[in-house]
Amino acid sequence: MTSPAPTAATAGAPLPAVAARDITKRYGATTALLDAGITIAQGETHALVGRNGAGKSTLVSILTGLQRADSGEVRFAGEPAPALSERDAWRRHVACVYQKSTIIPTLTVAENLYLNRQGGGLINWRSLRRRASDLLDEYGVDVDPARVAGDLTVEQRQLVEIARALSFGARFIILDEPTAQLDAAAIERLFDRMRQLRDGGVTFMFISHHLQEVYEVCQTVTVFRDARHVLTAPVADLPHDELVGAMTGDAGALLSSGASRASVSSEAPTVLAVDDLRLAGFYEGVDLSVRAGEMVGLIGSGSSGKVALAETIAGLRKADGGTVTVAGSRPKPGSVPSALAAGLGYLPQDRHREGLVPLLSVAENATLPIAGKLGPAGVIAPARRRAAAQRMIEAYDIKTSGPDQPVNALSGGNAQKVVLARALSNDPKALVMVSPTAGVDVRSKESLLGAVASAASGGTGVLVVSDELDDLRSCDRVLVMFHGRVVREVSRGWADADLIAAVEGVNAPVEGAQVQ
Amino acid sequence: MTGSQTVAKPPAVVPPAPGARRLQLARFRDLALVPAIILLVIVGAIIDPVFLTQANITNVLQQQTELSLLVLAEAIILIAGKFDLSLESTIGLAPALAVALVIPAASNGLGTEVPVALAIPLCLLTGLAIGAFNGLLILRFKLSAFIVTLGMLIVLRGLQIGITGGQNLFDIPQSVLYLGNAVWLGLPASIWICGGLFAVGILALGFFRHGRSVYAIGGNVDAARAAGIRTDRVVWIVLMIGGLLAALAGLLMTGRLGSVASAQGDGMIFTVFAAAVIGGISLDGGKGTLFGALCGVLVLGLINNILTLGGVSAQWIQAIYGGIILVALILARVTSGKAQD
Repeated sequence: MTSPAPTAATAGAPLPAVAARDITKRYGATTALLDAGITIAQGETHALVGRNGAGKSTLVSILTGLQRADSGEVRFAGEPAPALSERDAWRRHVACVYQKSTIIPTLTVAENLYLNRQGGGLINWRSLRRRASDLLDEYGVDVDPARVAGDLTVEQRQLVEIARALSFGARFIILDEPTAQLDAAAIERLFDRMRQLRDGGVTFMFISHHLQEVYEVCQTVTVFRDARHVLTAPVADLPHDELVGAMTGDAGALLSSGASRASVSSEAPTVLAVDDLRLAGFYEGVDLSVRAGEMVGLIGSGSSGKVALAETIAGLRKADGGTVTVAGSRPKPGSVPSALAAGLGYLPQDRHREGLVPLLSVAENATLPIAGKLGPAGVIAPARRRAAAQRMIEAYDIKTSGPDQPVNALSGGNAQKVVLARALSNDPKALVMVSPTAGVDVRSKESLLGAVASAASGGTGVLVVSDELDDLRSCDRVLVMFHGRVVREVSRGWADADLIAAVEGVNAPVEGAQVQ
Repeated sequence: MTGSQTVAKPPAVVPPAPGARRLQLARFRDLALVPAIILLVIVGAIIDPVFLTQANITNVLQQQTELSLLVLAEAIILIAGKFDLSLESTIGLAPALAVALVIPAASNGLGTEVPVALAIPLCLLTGLAIGAFNGLLILRFKLSAFIVTLGMLIVLRGLQIGITGGQNLFDIPQSVLYLGNAVWLGLPASIWICGGLFAVGILALGFFRHGRSVYAIGGNVDAARAAGIRTDRVVWIVLMIGGLLAALAGLLMTGRLGSVASAQGDGMIFTVFAAAVIGGISLDGGKGTLFGALCGVLVLGLINNILTLGGVSAQWIQAIYGGIILVALILARVTSGKAQD
């Protein structure tokens, strides 16, 4: 009884691959985890979900030995976790594919795979490449080991990281939001691979904001909320709304906002028109139009050219031919200021890189495009800026300590709300959004999409470019792009399977969808 | 299913082709400066027949030995993702301190008259200590490497002036002069030393685990740490090696000139950075090779020599030299095809 682990082992009961009990971790005044725990059985794929700030990342860093818990214990297959300094011992137990890449972009794939274990003495590059190539073959990863890792796609990079993790002998792998940057087809391939590895006895902990993926690939789900463990249940027994309820603390209908918007009259003027737009290598002959007050979705795989199309409309790229018309005027191709002046709002794909100035305050970030209206002759009156920002914080439900808080201190969902507030601050006639809810938790997603829907109700034409079906539910119609062309248009009320089939290029005859 | 597979294929199959081509280019980028060096040799030979004489070539090489040791040090430090501006002061202070401790007060020494045999160890130890102190400030106290080493550059220069009273030291012990003067197998010892150290460096950084970890740290320090590399320790050692190499460069320079000038090394750091960047070392870390850096040194040395031989007036030589550095950077940018950062 004094040593439960050996007793359990002799009893023949399968030990959990990982058991973390009563973990508490504090950073100064904030409690990141409070008596939280997770137990993951051997060979299962276990989802960990929770809103931003629920303590998921802290648990990951404790389970991977990057941080020490203030109290509580971690056991791997019954054995106590090694000391923090023993990196090699940790890596034999657990491996993690972090959101942030742990690949060194300037080195080759082979060297990344065998970093710091290239072998003693003189490195034999040829044999290193051969070992890397064997390893990649073993896990069916189709990447040339001699390539520079920085040139890999996100998908290839993740596969390389997974192969590297397995090569340490770890049979427990944490995937921290692996799907956030992948397109639908790549996600499906990742899931296939996860299932294969699971069949081979690999245990996964899977973190995602997309609950659909949890249902698709996981057997068990654990929910964290506000630094505590809320529930652990088999996925099959847990209805969708209960899971959302556990995450948010109240059961509620998900993403109902905007779905009930009145449909747009055919009298409404066209605010965004794209006519025969072409850009070699990305898309060709694209026509689309968005009326005032209408929400139009655009979905397609990563290679469909949808993002390049959105960037062309926003003036970030210059098309080879064709025209973009915004509210009746034609902005100069390839000029962002001209597109803005014509009345276009744009929500970029990568909010960190293109959307926000991290060190500036919420107020400054939110009011960048309307700075000219905050005072005479280019002077920005601080009081007016604060007031404008305060109005936005209230209107978009941005959780911040105030307009003066630096924007990099906000959570992902709230940072995205700032970007949206800014895109809408100019009262654009047309709004183009790319992956507006990527990396955003469920509740923030709802308020983001609600804000978009109310902007549409106010007469803005909205083009939502996204892979996320939830983003597209409130759209009046959804266009599907495939290999650079718009191949199909479906109106509201589409079935998920039909849309995905069209995105994947599976041409099954579909009821209720009109083929263009 | 078949449909989804046809979608899946293109992104997986298409990229390797351009990737493979890029890889070959990357291999050649190492040799990118070799044509430039050949071109400069031809230009030199046309401008003045003296250029190709053994005496002149030896002279060019020997003059570049001190610079090349500093570039070697700076290149390793840059690859590790750090900065060291203080090298140009170390090259003066290390020999000045060692010599001042050894020579009598009458020759501007400190009057301690430490045994002469200790001069060289003292000099190298000073360099090592400076690197270790830089490491302390940068790694333990988490200060910006740029500002720390800029501060050290000024402090060390000031220390040298304080110790020597702003005088040049002439009464140099024979042992200190030896390395910068000696001729081994028909070539100055400094060229052998320099070539040997570069060979060791190229081997260590290209073919040894600890050397590769320097690239890993400069490329992505978090990933390197996650791979079990003791990043702080490696960077610290790299900074100490940097100080050591600068002190050795100081010894060579002292020996070659026969004295320790009060401004020894002043302004050299700009040339060091120019040579490193022309040689393909990224200021962002993790990129570049020591062979490339060596080529960068040779290009600058040849240009300098050709300008002198070509009779360019001394008043203009600096402006032209600076202009050529800029042109070389532009050419390196054009030939490598990638933005310099």
